[in-house]
Amino acid sequence: MITFAELCEQLYAATSAWGLPWLVPTLVVMGVVVGFVIAYIAVASMFMIWWERKISAHIQVRFGPMRVGGWHGWAQSIADGIKLLLKEDIIPARADKVVFVLAPMVVFAASLATYVTIPWAPGLIVKDLNIGLLYMVAISSLTVVGIIMAGWSSNNKYATLGAMRSAAQAVSYEVPLVLSLLGPVMLAGTMSMGQLVEAQGGTWFGFLPRWFVFPQAVAFLVYFTCALAECNRLPFDIPEAESELVAGFHVEYSGMRFAIFFLAEYANMFAVAAIATTIFLGGWRGPWLPIPGLPAEVARGLFGLVWFQVKCYFLIFVMMWLRWTLNRLRVDQLMDFAWKVLLPIAFANLIVTGLVLALWG
Amino acid sequence: MTLKLGIFYLLAAFTVWAAAVVVLGKNIVRAAVALIFTFCGVAALYVLLDAEFLAAVQVLIYVGGITILLLFAIMLTSRISSATARVINDQVVLSAVAAAGLLVGLIYAATQGIAALSGPPRLPETTRFLGRALLTTYALPFEVVSILLLAAMVGAIVLARKE
Repeated sequence: MITFAELCEQLYAATSAWGLPWLVPTLVVMGVVVGFVIAYIAVASMFMIWWERKISAHIQVRFGPMRVGGWHGWAQSIADGIKLLLKEDIIPARADKVVFVLAPMVVFAASLATYVTIPWAPGLIVKDLNIGLLYMVAISSLTVVGIIMAGWSSNNKYATLGAMRSAAQAVSYEVPLVLSLLGPVMLAGTMSMGQLVEAQGGTWFGFLPRWFVFPQAVAFLVYFTCALAECNRLPFDIPEAESELVAGFHVEYSGMRFAIFFLAEYANMFAVAAIATTIFLGGWRGPWLPIPGLPAEVARGLFGLVWFQVKCYFLIFVMMWLRWTLNRLRVDQLMDFAWKVLLPIAFANLIVTGLVLALWG
Repeated sequence: MTLKLGIFYLLAAFTVWAAAVVVLGKNIVRAAVALIFTFCGVAALYVLLDAEFLAAVQVLIYVGGITILLLFAIMLTSRISSATARVINDQVVLSAVAAAGLLVGLIYAATQGIAALSGPPRLPETTRFLGRALLTTYALPFEVVSILLLAAMVGAIVLARKE
């Protein structure tokens, strides 16, 4: 089975044989990857938005979108997307125009860049960095910068309040988030996303898959809670609380710029779910069957691709489920929870993991 | 490799431009936003020097933590709509001397070379190496810096709480 990295190497070798400088194939590979990722994000976000509307509707004993496109309103997101594209782009007169225009780009670029180190299937990872996990966490923390830029440049009190809340929340929740990810990293002894999946092969006691969610259940819960906060999802959505801040940081945005914020939010949800799947749920690992007429490696790769998506969308479903069943936390409760509950738990988990590894590892 | 050199000059120009906006900008929040781009540029330079771990930590700590706290503090302390700063403050002479000294040192290092700075070691896994070095050879400096940071934090809280 050929991996993506080997494929790129072969392409580079072939083009350098033709006498092209290595910049050309590199740019081609970059362009193709970015095209694929943007297409995936667009389609997946539209699906997630429709899915979220259906889930919220069913939780509230409604039907949700039913008409556009026929079956259960499946084309509703496409219609909404076209509507947003056609809407007028309004920049407030007293806004700081440069920062206002830059903000959605920063948010979207940050969520786009995290897709570089997602291991989609065996061998299918754009770049298996040594520090893959750290890179993903660091890059996704850039979203908050964009949110603050948006909130401040709008020159609107609701937007500014949303931005300040977002800053406080992000700084607080980043600490337990990083600490919770260290447990699995200690078990695997690596931060590369590919090797983290490799480390979860095999079973415990013959039946339990060797996923890190079992020994690191506490870390998984801490990570998932902090990830909800990083994505500004309920119960941690005070930066955009509709009932008090109208829509928070993006209240002044309209048309395509608003759509980009929306897209980035859903792209971020997927990225967070992908990290959780890779680190705690065994990534693309899962039972697979040989497909007649295909080599075993290809069949395993295809099953891996499907398993990864299934696990990610299960986690996304849990996020949506929580959003439509929990209440929003107050600001002080939010801070208390991060510093007085999550942080000590994350530290305790780290110490216990280190002790166990030192004594029996 | 000339291409790498070209990328370096592009990144360096970007970083210097962003840093100039930080120092010369009249608007505090804009300066803070430019500071974020400066840190990102520095992180990219670290990547160019094969120090990926340092680059990721740079983004995580400086961009994701410190600058956001900085923006938060600016929003809490000053009137945001008219957030302007004095660009030149009272210590012009002192800072000019310090900057000139730094410039001379850098020019000397770039043209003559300093023995301790020559030839970065090629490490296959910087993260593992850094972890081991910090907890064995450099454990004492590491702890001293931690205590210094703690003291600074306590000092800041004491200064901020007046009662």
